[in-house]
Amino acid sequence: MSVIILLLIASLSVSVLFLIAFLWNVKHQQFDDVESPSMRMLFEDQPTDNTSNTSSTLNQ
Amino acid sequence: MQYSAPQKMQCSHCGEACSPGNEQPGEPVFCCSGCKMVYQLLNQHGLCDYYTLNAQPGINRNKHTRNDKFAFLEDDSIGTQLISFRDTTQTHVTFYLPQIHCSSCLYLLENLHKLEYGIISCQVHFTRKEVTIVFNHGQCSLRQVAELLTSIGYEPYISLHNAGNQKPRVKKTLIYQLGLAGFCFANIMLLSFPEYLGLKNSEASIRSVFRTLNLVLAIPVLLFSARPFFESAWKSLRHGFLNIDAPIALAIAVTFARSVYEVLSGTGAGYFDSMSGIVFFMLAGRVLQEKTYQQLSFERDYTSYFPVAVTVLKEGKEVPTSLPAVKPGDTLLIHNEELIPTDGIITRGQALIDYSFVTGESMPIQKEMGEIVYAGGRQTDSNIELLVIKEVTQSYLTSLWNQDNTSQEEPKPASFVHMVSRYFTVAVLGIAMIAAMYWKVHDPARMWNAITAVMIVACPCALLLSASFTNGNILRILGRNHFYLRNAETIEALAKINHVVFDKTGTLTDAHQQDIVYVGDTLSARQQKGIASLAAQSNHPLSVALAGFLTTRTDNVVVGFKDRQGMGIEGFVDEDLVSIGSQAFIMGNNRVPETGTTVYVSWENKILGRFVFHNHYRKDLKPAIHWLKSHHYNLSVLSGDNDGEQRALARLFGKQATLLFRQMPQDKLHYIQQLQAKGSRVAMIGDGLNDAIALRESHVGIAVADDTNNFTPASDAIIHAKQLPRLPAFIRLCKANKRIVVASFILSIVYNVIGLFFAVQGNLSPLIAAILMPASSLSILLITFGSSNVMAKWLKL
Repeated sequence: MSVIILLLIASLSVSVLFLIAFLWNVKHQQFDDVESPSMRMLFEDQPTDNTSNTSSTLNQ
Repeated sequence: MQYSAPQKMQCSHCGEACSPGNEQPGEPVFCCSGCKMVYQLLNQHGLCDYYTLNAQPGINRNKHTRNDKFAFLEDDSIGTQLISFRDTTQTHVTFYLPQIHCSSCLYLLENLHKLEYGIISCQVHFTRKEVTIVFNHGQCSLRQVAELLTSIGYEPYISLHNAGNQKPRVKKTLIYQLGLAGFCFANIMLLSFPEYLGLKNSEASIRSVFRTLNLVLAIPVLLFSARPFFESAWKSLRHGFLNIDAPIALAIAVTFARSVYEVLSGTGAGYFDSMSGIVFFMLAGRVLQEKTYQQLSFERDYTSYFPVAVTVLKEGKEVPTSLPAVKPGDTLLIHNEELIPTDGIITRGQALIDYSFVTGESMPIQKEMGEIVYAGGRQTDSNIELLVIKEVTQSYLTSLWNQDNTSQEEPKPASFVHMVSRYFTVAVLGIAMIAAMYWKVHDPARMWNAITAVMIVACPCALLLSASFTNGNILRILGRNHFYLRNAETIEALAKINHVVFDKTGTLTDAHQQDIVYVGDTLSARQQKGIASLAAQSNHPLSVALAGFLTTRTDNVVVGFKDRQGMGIEGFVDEDLVSIGSQAFIMGNNRVPETGTTVYVSWENKILGRFVFHNHYRKDLKPAIHWLKSHHYNLSVLSGDNDGEQRALARLFGKQATLLFRQMPQDKLHYIQQLQAKGSRVAMIGDGLNDAIALRESHVGIAVADDTNNFTPASDAIIHAKQLPRLPAFIRLCKANKRIVVASFILSIVYNVIGLFFAVQGNLSPLIAAILMPASSLSILLITFGSSNVMAKWLKL
């Protein structure tokens, strides 16, 4: 019997965590712009001092 | 990554066709020096990924922006209206960049800090086409940021509308409420299962834990998630009528009260799962229905079109002044391609004003010094000076707008749902009363049980669900087809219309294209070339169209070119005198009546013939208009133009249609008002500012846009110009909407009757309620989604 109560507390607290995560995300505008991040992840990160590699591709 | 030159010569930057120069194969080619400059700038800073992400992503730089266009940003009082945050080192500003269209744009804009070291960071909001820039104002100014954006092809659009009023934050409360309701609903359901499946009496302590937990979880649903229903019900009660939210609020309150009583007294499990289920589904329906098109604006007024600042001449100096500060008596300097912000008198220069935006007249109008020009026109010639005679808020254009504000607020006709809701509440209360009276006589102990059960089960949530989910789905289907409605009420309004009013220029016709017919002596190849060469010298829209029409090379040398403003142009081509222009210019006094826009041409003072310009009608409109005609819609065409197109329109619209020409914005408004006074339900389809007030007055105002990112006047709906032929299908879908709502409403009545059957007997068990509620909600969801999608498929949407 007490096991069920224990499980109940565990499952409830996990789901409360998810609820908080959801509300936090909405508040911090994670769902506002769903288009840009999908494009942003395709950009290659360039080291800041790199000018030789990618910049010359068009001149080849 | 290998770069290869495209097959046809296309500018590597913007993709415009361009003539090949002496580039090596594989080397980038450019259509103009502007594009080349942008390329070189990006190349220098290692940003050439811009060109590898998409082919020719750039924005054509052929059109030059005047150097001091953003000078007004130097002025602090204007600048501060635009920035959202500033401290000792940083400034945050958000610009609207309508040019944003692909991932390359995103890449370039977010790497802006590589081009200008004063910029700290850049964040693009793709759907809103906005960029938020944080920069160090010690290192660069707001003006420099705007000019940098302009130099790489992303000229910020700054209008009077931006200044002062930042856009309202997106309403997130509804999302919070939905999230919380969903969380509580799922957990309460889970905790109710043991009860429904049967718990032994020995497990009473577990049962009471479960019940108490349910009670605790239901409290936030009642206090937070269900708040919109209580607020709306309270508001309607205060105004002395019952809306659809009233019975829902009542049901939620009664369910909660009875459940609390049952749990605390230990007599039952309560109906917490049904209650939170109702709230969750209803909120979901609301969110779906209130889905907004972020990138579109239905609320534009003249301030969105007007610039934030203009150049005022003070003692010979050009002073950028914010528009509201312009006073009568000031002298404005209006540059080429600038909007005239207020009524004034021309004091210097020649005006060639494009009023297509205001009147629908497709050709620019010539104005001389001393003449009055009205706000809303766009100067298409060289700079002019203007003596302001009226304040911006008092000008002809804005007064039209403001005057209309008062007449608009007539009560909207009640929708189907609200009509039903009036009887619904009364009926529910009636049934509860009858049940109460019956049980008072026969078994008083069951009386309260029966009353509360009736109120719980007779909740009109299924009815509301059917309406909000069908509407939401229809909005989604229409949006997928580039027909964007402002809200769900517009669906019902569109289904009811019986009179469709079209604007001509820009709606039925394509404002950017013209059909040209030549009448007269046959032109030799040499003459064609000569005329084209002459026309190419002028940038009057008619000359440009003519040069495009003749499609020959235009490299003949024109000697002694003369531009007789408002009359025509002439010059010597290969020692032959060629003149093109108006009838009066070419033929002198030998006038013949003419219709429409005509350009005459003479060669060595011998009249060759004339080019007649016809509007270019959008393709495939005929079947759509035929459908409207055969389904007994009354049709009208209101044109701001002259009646040159009367015959073509009569052929298209048939005899019954009303065709009116030379209609000023005010005339269009009056015509709509007349129709409405006669009881017609009017849909107005138009574009541009000249239709704006008529669009607002009509029952459904539909703005046509060639590109939905363009600016459209305030309206109930925005339609992509290419989708105009599918208007009949859209109207039919909106009509189907009502049938679907009614059908699912009947189904929900059936569920209600079953529930009431148990309720009036006083033995509605939580299990029956728990099955009935989700079952009715889910089946209604399936029916509404299914049938509206089937309907859309059938209409090929």
